[in-house]
Parts: sequence; structure tokens; C-alpha cells
Amino acid sequence: MTNNPYKPRDWQSHPPSIYPDYKSTVLRNPLKPLIPIRQSLSEITGPVYGQDALGPLDHDLTKNAAKNGEPIGERIIVTGRVLDEDGRPVPNALIEIWQANAAGRYIHVRELHDAPLDPNFLGAGRFLTDESGQYRFLTIKPGSYPWGNHENAWRPAHIHFSLFGPAFASRLVTQMYFEGDPTFPYDPIFNSIPDEAARQRLVAKFSMDLTEPDWARAYVFDIVLRGRFATPMET
Amino acid sequence: MPALKQTPSQTIGPFFAFGLTPDQFGYAQRGIAGNALAARHVPGEHVRIEGRILDGAGAPIDDAMIEIWQADAAGRYAGGNRDAADSAAGGFMGFGRSGTDKAGGFWFATIKPGAIGDGQAPHIGVIVQARGILNHVFTRIYFADESDANGADPVLQSVPKDRRHTLIAARSETPAGPLYRFDIHMQGDDETVFFDV
Repeated sequence: MTNNPYKPRDWQSHPPSIYPDYKSTVLRNPLKPLIPIRQSLSEITGPVYGQDALGPLDHDLTKNAAKNGEPIGERIIVTGRVLDEDGRPVPNALIEIWQANAAGRYIHVRELHDAPLDPNFLGAGRFLTDESGQYRFLTIKPGSYPWGNHENAWRPAHIHFSLFGPAFASRLVTQMYFEGDPTFPYDPIFNSIPDEAARQRLVAKFSMDLTEPDWARAYVFDIVLRGRFATPMET
Repeated sequence: MPALKQTPSQTIGPFFAFGLTPDQFGYAQRGIAGNALAARHVPGEHVRIEGRILDGAGAPIDDAMIEIWQADAAGRYAGGNRDAADSAAGGFMGFGRSGTDKAGGFWFATIKPGAIGDGQAPHIGVIVQARGILNHVFTRIYFADESDANGADPVLQSVPKDRRHTLIAARSETPAGPLYRFDIHMQGDDETVFFDV
């Protein structure tokens, strides 16, 4: 259609915008068709950050908010690579994560779930991917928590991920889940993704190889952002 | 040809503020971007942008995050047509984030971007996320006082005439400086134009 440098969003992989089982989608998404845009400098550039934007403990959620001890819960390593659709690593991608604590409680002021807060845990971190697109967080495995979408609704344990990649066009916000969660079949947010194989790409896999003896289990979550067409755009 | 499939998008949920907009909402962590994009010394016309985001029933969306990405007053994007280190030294990186308040309100203090020089009118790229938004949406802010440039802008011209006004921020002069008003309607008669970027 156009000679856009970035490949389109893959609507076989992403959820529909309106998914009535997830009730909040109904009034909060466009009803008119999206209007195609020819990607310009405005879309193929994006926010740039260097290592100096990050603090030394931004990647370590077990320490970055500790006040008088260590946070309670199962210490885990969450690691993986950020790649594009052609398998090329995406270096210098800022990853921001946020999550509930081990009890399933967010520190957010509007959180209503009465599970305990942890004085030594904030639940937010950042990482800038290296030359091979690699990232690595240390954190506490988040708990599951109830929400108000329907009767007896429980979110599968998850960690929120936010990325930009190289461009405004390659922005991605998603959630990482843990393999084996028994509430997958009941969660409308997870199941808003129609394709089973696509859903499974959000499920982090336990890795014995990356697990550190006597210290922490490891989970691997690779992230794939929009790729580029081979032909460069004429400007 | 693609060897890998895109990672599916999911909603930002209601509880992102302590991670993504911590300064605005008083959390301990320091944010990587906020409502104010430009220190006083940054060249250009310093302006404020304010708006509200409303759902299909006209109710305010009080847990949205609005992100903006823009060129500087000379039409240069950090890391694009201007070296990122030069942009950083000049104090303007062009990226801002605002959460929304109870009335669905968001705001930015920034400079008005210059035209990039490719025939497009001055504009700001916008990404909208919220609880209930599974795939973030893209829109743009154009400026009401740029009517000649807007009339020649290929993107605006590709939008049906009766919907263009949803992309154009109204300007007013206040004691604190120029103010642009840009409301976002997710649905309804005045549904904002969203782009398939």
C-alpha cells in the first residue's frame, strides 16, 4: 500500500481493540477505522535514552526500594532478548517494568485489594538492552490478584512491560505471564489474543540453565518488535 | 520472510503510575519523562497543552497515559535529524508523558515544534494508553494557528474533511503564555482520528 519503512502491526498476533469479555474495552476504543499514515520522520524516530538515564539499581527490584531488609517472596531472574521480526537484536531499547508484590498487591494508591504491602518493594524497574538486545531483571515473583471485571475474577500472575524500540512506530506495551498458571483459561485479558501460539509468546519459560544455584530461579521472555522492510524509504 | 512473530500487545492496566509516571503522582521512583519537556532556556515558543480524554459515554478516563513525541522549534528530532547528544546538551529530547486526573485531564509544558521540512505542518505525535486499551492508539496534535501549513499537510488532507478538526488544537493566550487545547474522544460524534501507523 505504502512504502513504509516499518512493517505493519501484525493483527494476527495482537488482540482486537474491543473484546467485550474484558469490559473496559467497550467504551474506550475507536469505533471508526484507523486512518493509514505514510510513516515519516515523526514515526520512524523515537525517544532516545542512554545509560545515564538509569540508576544503578533500576534493574534490581529486590534492592531498588529496600528500606530495612529484603522484600518477601520468591526471588527470580527475568531475562531475554529484544529482537525485531527478522531476528535482529534491538540494542538500547528502554524496557520499563512494573508489577504487584509477592502477595498480589500493587503499591498504586488506587489499588483496592487488601493483601499486604511490602515496605521493601516498589515493583518498578528499568533496563536498557545491550548490543545483543539482552536484558536481565532481578525481582520477586508477583502474586495473582482479584479484579472487578466479573465474579471471582483473578489475574494470572504477570509483569507489565513497556518498550519503545528504535521508533515511535515500534512502541509496545505488554504483559509477561508465568508458565503453568491455572487461571489462564479464565482471564479475558490474556484470552483477548485470539491465536493460541501468540498467547504462548507472552508466557515466560522457566530455565534451569539460567537459574542460579542457591539463589534464584530464572524465567526467559523474548520480545519481538515490528521489523523493517528491506528497502529504505525515499525521503 | 519474517522469521519471528510480533509479541502481542496487552493493556497498560490501571496501576502503571508508580512505574511510568511516578513524578506526577508522587511515587518514590524518578521517571524517565514527565509533563514538562523544555527548560526555560530552550529556544522556541514555550506553550502549554491541555486536554481531557473521554470514553464513548462521555465519561472522563482517569487512568490513561498520554505520551508525546515531537521535534524541537527548528523541526529536529533527537536521534533523527539532530544528533541525540546535541539534543541532550540543548535540553530538549522531545518526549513527554502525562497521566490523567479525575476529570480525565492531562497537560504538557513544551515548545511548539517547527516543521520538519518534508511538507508536513508542525505537529506532535501522540500515543494513548489506558486500562481497557489492549492496543495503544496513535494520533497527532496539529496547531490551529498554522492554517496554511495545515491546508498543505498530506496527513491532514488524507483525513475526511469533517473529522480534521479532531486533530487541531485550539490556541488561546493566557497570562502564563500560549495555551493549546486538545481533547481526545475515544468514541462518539467527535471521535478523534486515530492512525494506523
